[in-house]
Amino acid sequence: MSDTAFDSSVYPLPHLLGIEGLSPVDIALFLDRADQYVDKNRQRGMMLDTLKGRTIMNLFFENSTRTRTSFELAGKRLGAEVINMSVSTSSIKKGETLIDTAMTLNAMHPDVLVVRHGSSGAVKLLSEKVNCAVINAGDGRHEHPTQALLDALTIRRRRGQLDGLQVAICGDILHSRVARSNIHLLNTLGARVRLIAPKTLLPTDAELLGAEVFHDMKAGLKDCDVVMMLRLQTERMKTNFFPTVREYYHFYGLDNEKLSSAKPDALIMHPGPMNRGVEISSEVADDIGRSAIREQVEMGVAVRMACLEVLCNNLDRELLS
Amino acid sequence: MSPHSLDPNVRVAYINARLLDPTTGLDGMGGVLTEGERIVEAQEGLFADSVPDDAKVIDCNGMCLAPGLVDMRVHMSGQNLNATGSAAVAGGITTAVCLPGTTPVIDDPTVVESVARSARKAGLVKVYPYGAITKGLKGQELAEMGMLAESGAVAFTDGNRAIENSRTMVQALSYSATFGLMLVEHPEDPTLAAGGVMTEGETATRLGLTGIPPEAEAIIVDRDIRLAKMTGGRLHFAHVSTAESVELIRRAKDTGLTVTCDTAPPYFALNETAVGDYRTFAKLSPPLRSEADREAIVAGLKDGAIDAIASDHCPMSEDLKRLPFADAANGGVGMETLLAVTLELVHNGHLSLLEALGLISTHPAELLGLPAGSLKAGSAADLVVFDPNVGWQVKDTVLHSKAKNTPFDGRPLQGRVLRTVIDGRTVFKIGS
Repeated sequence: MSDTAFDSSVYPLPHLLGIEGLSPVDIALFLDRADQYVDKNRQRGMMLDTLKGRTIMNLFFENSTRTRTSFELAGKRLGAEVINMSVSTSSIKKGETLIDTAMTLNAMHPDVLVVRHGSSGAVKLLSEKVNCAVINAGDGRHEHPTQALLDALTIRRRRGQLDGLQVAICGDILHSRVARSNIHLLNTLGARVRLIAPKTLLPTDAELLGAEVFHDMKAGLKDCDVVMMLRLQTERMKTNFFPTVREYYHFYGLDNEKLSSAKPDALIMHPGPMNRGVEISSEVADDIGRSAIREQVEMGVAVRMACLEVLCNNLDRELLS
Repeated sequence: MSPHSLDPNVRVAYINARLLDPTTGLDGMGGVLTEGERIVEAQEGLFADSVPDDAKVIDCNGMCLAPGLVDMRVHMSGQNLNATGSAAVAGGITTAVCLPGTTPVIDDPTVVESVARSARKAGLVKVYPYGAITKGLKGQELAEMGMLAESGAVAFTDGNRAIENSRTMVQALSYSATFGLMLVEHPEDPTLAAGGVMTEGETATRLGLTGIPPEAEAIIVDRDIRLAKMTGGRLHFAHVSTAESVELIRRAKDTGLTVTCDTAPPYFALNETAVGDYRTFAKLSPPLRSEADREAIVAGLKDGAIDAIASDHCPMSEDLKRLPFADAANGGVGMETLLAVTLELVHNGHLSLLEALGLISTHPAELLGLPAGSLKAGSAADLVVFDPNVGWQVKDTVLHSKAKNTPFDGRPLQGRVLRTVIDGRTVFKIGS
């Protein structure tokens, strides 16, 4: 075997559907493996044959550029065949049709299905109908596990560990699958989580997920090590989550003034795409010393390589029923 | 500092007064010393023997001296702040809270500032503005409550419109709770009240007028109590008028929920019979209710289910009132009768004088977090001197308000404002 071989036997599941329920060991497995790919990815012309002969299908029921590209690149760097399927949302709305699609694709015998869907729980439903590995690339407002893993890798490489860090997640928590996955992951690895948002953008009982809730941004950011900003998902909003962008930015947009209450070396993160002047000011987003936003994109490819590899190795272990 | 402010060194001694301070429970003969815009001292027995020779002396002749009244519900239009101001001070009101239905509507931070500025210029009553809950008071999109509050809006209301859509109310309560701000709801289901011009019942039937059932009020009170509990929002009901809504609020308070309400003098001093022969001055929103409802409002004032009394002052031109009943505008002027009608509750033995004064000064100030309603040292020298017993009759000729549309027209009342002081300066004196 090549130097990329490692023992994946400790990851006990056939799919990666969410962070909730994963153990610290499971998470560390993905992060350790991804860490090794970061340096490899920086070498020009790097191409591995770890997943040679494997077929990965990207099945995106919601528009995505960066996540889909990241998975595509991850699969190709490992030598797999990658097929992109963009399914228009209008043709698939009901569970039955989703299952039909799953059965059709399953008959083509892919090894991994990478799925994004606008409905919470849809990826799990699909995973029950196929006999290949499934990676959740985002389902509704439920989970986005590879985003949480890449965020964790970014923080771990900058700070050494997550244990004991104070992390603030700010903005549209209500509609955010990124927030939910991150809350689970950060808690599992021993970080303390704060959620900062107006009450209209917080889900009911948010504190029961394991987080301290703040409505005042400066109070919430006080002494934080990491500040994760979220995009305002206006496409998921009907009306009245906040009055105007002007008011939102005034109270919840991250600028240097509000950031001054966090630790001076606080890491600034954003899952992208950013709305400058809505949730984050350009001066903060482009702060070379503190902004890890571009690094997050780089970590994304490495994390997705690790996920594909771990799940493909598991295919031979007959975890699927 | 306003252009009308006093020389900060001017000292005034109010002597020989019956001091009444609901914040401390003080009720006794004594005096008050003010310096510039502040109260320096207010004590029983003060100036009984001697008066400081560097102070101007005002002899109260044994009359009552209390904190200036705080009126938490006043309709004002930007143009006639002077007229509103003279009516306010004639009624002993030193602080008034302006509803957002001005022209333009107070749904933008710049309007908050302009209302405050015109009030300062008029130099009479102190005016604090409410901000709108929704843009244009339309009940659809939330107004910029955070920035309105930063500009000085003290709480939020859509004036005489309830938020019809329950989802919008949830979002308004959640959003305002984010900033710790209070929503003031006009409790009336607009779909049930639509087309109605007086309370539903025998009088409406006899007069052939379309009724507004009291259930229209209870439905919104009940719904909003549930939504306040669900969201953690701070909710206040304006001018409650029915027995059932008082009971709903009383029960919510008993469960520990922070929900409050006010009423207005017409709802504890008048009933639907005041409409009589189509008297449009008695056409109000909410409408005058049954005698049983009126009695329940009195009971609510006695046991604390109702927190405050506001004038609901709503000046209307004759053109808008001299119309067939159904076409006439809602609303009555009320600032100049606020004290005397409230004192009826004292003369009838329902409340003590201190309790009655608390409902029209200290309580509303506390509800809205306003620096008013107290005689404590360091407070603003906002005072009212009044005779609690003298009789007078409400008539257009005795009202200072430009509009004369009072539902109490012709009523004999007991209790009259003699002097009103704002920031240490006498702004109204009987006979002046």
